Amino acid sequence: MNYFGREFEKYRFSIIVKSQIPNLKNRIMNEILNKIAQCVEFGKINKTSPYPPNMKDQDGADELTKRALEVGVRPDEILDDALIPAMANVGNKFSKKEIYVPQMLMSAKAMNSAMAHLKPFFQSGETKRKGKFIIGTVSGDLHDIGKNLVAMMIEGGGWEVIDLGVDAGAEKFLKALDEHPGAIVGLSALLTTTMENMKKIVSAIKEKYSTSKILVGGAPVTKEYCEKIGADFYSPDPQGAVNYLKQLAS
Amino acid sequence: MKTILRGINNEVTIDTKGPVIIIGECINPTRRKKLVSTLQEGKFEYVLELAESQIKAGADVLDVNVGFPGVNDVKLLPAAVLAIRGSFDIPLCLDSPNPKAIEAALKVAGGKCLINSVNGEEKSLNALLSIAKEYEAAIIGLTMDDDGITHDPEKRLAIGEKILERAVKAGIKEEDVIIDPLAMAVSADSEACIVTLETIRLVHQKLGLNITMGASNVSFGLPGREDLNSAFISLAIMNGLTCPIANPEKITAAVRAADLVLGRDDFAVRFVEYFQSRM
Repeated sequence: MNYFGREFEKYRFSIIVKSQIPNLKNRIMNEILNKIAQCVEFGKINKTSPYPPNMKDQDGADELTKRALEVGVRPDEILDDALIPAMANVGNKFSKKEIYVPQMLMSAKAMNSAMAHLKPFFQSGETKRKGKFIIGTVSGDLHDIGKNLVAMMIEGGGWEVIDLGVDAGAEKFLKALDEHPGAIVGLSALLTTTMENMKKIVSAIKEKYSTSKILVGGAPVTKEYCEKIGADFYSPDPQGAVNYLKQLAS
Repeated sequence: MKTILRGINNEVTIDTKGPVIIIGECINPTRRKKLVSTLQEGKFEYVLELAESQIKAGADVLDVNVGFPGVNDVKLLPAAVLAIRGSFDIPLCLDSPNPKAIEAALKVAGGKCLINSVNGEEKSLNALLSIAKEYEAAIIGLTMDDDGITHDPEKRLAIGEKILERAVKAGIKEEDVIIDPLAMAVSADSEACIVTLETIRLVHQKLGLNITMGASNVSFGLPGREDLNSAFISLAIMNGLTCPIANPEKITAAVRAADLVLGRDDFAVRFVEYFQSRM
């Protein structure tokens, strides 16, 4: 090859490389986001976790999220393009009874291991969440599974969740609203006998914060009951709550 | 130890040596919207339907819960009890968080009822033990207290012990205390069932009392609920469970099978009878 030929090759090479760098970077980023989403959807927490068996010895949501940040993926991209869609898939599959509570919990654990890497960005304000959500099981009721499922799905929808635990009365909810003005509230109850306390809590909240939005749910709760006690939304499953919040935020 | 419950004439003995007694859970408005709407209209036909189907399916005792929002259960619980009494001679398990409703129902129930439930909280003990004593009712003692629910079987045992002690001090006979070790969903916690099984073993060994539990809770959030419930109830019976609260339509077969396996059903009489009655 003569001199001109060699220079041309160099030039051509540099064009190829330069034009492909952004593409390559995008491809790597997309691939890693897809992998994170997959880990969350199927509950792969980290490399050492044995679940799910067909992803054994692969990196989990923990390692992949760390790597994603290292190669320059933005935290909000991880949230919006991996965690939120993955958890939405989980919620929809749960609604259709294609998966069950344990699978959902594994997904939530994987999501949490990814979220842990994003927390510093949330705290610094660099990455914004969709809003705040206060949730608790109402006074007299100690059942927390439903409440926890909703809490983790909403966190997976990109919201900051303030969990008041079980046996939470009106006072606790009001105090949380004082601390987090404008937060949306979720009330859970499993028993027909404790469901009545929902009414008291809804009235107390609406009296002090008339514009606040309140979601209710749990085995005995119905749409009619929700309307009767002046709450704003009822969902029979966690994903319904996530979708409602999404609608409120947009 | 033997806990004796009575309807009008019908006496049911819950024996720590077995066989297992089934407390039917279906008269409960949670997940039964039809029950709420009929009770709101003051109609008890559906309650009686549920009573009959459960008795046919093997219930020895009926749990009666009429709690729903807005209910005046001080009036409704005794009314439901009277309706059942009018048609069936079966011991009743009165199920309400409201001590006043329990007392009102005990006043009209006659026989010997079971109160569902007392727990280790001071408020609960103070409200219910004297009522149980006055009406000579047996009590179910839930192994939770002011600190909520513990996942340590030894601590659950200690709460059971405390309830027993306080009950005896209040004048209730030891054998009239039945302990509920708390059955929680295994879908949310892989250890949930083993904690309950261990609590049952401890209560059986150390307190020697009869033991009940809500036997359908464990399978919440999972497929194959009946299979899971059956496996769990068999192991629980092995450890000392004697009077589960469950849906007899779904649990009696497993209960009869467990009794047979444990040598409590000579010539498989009850086991065979159950299946013959279903044919």
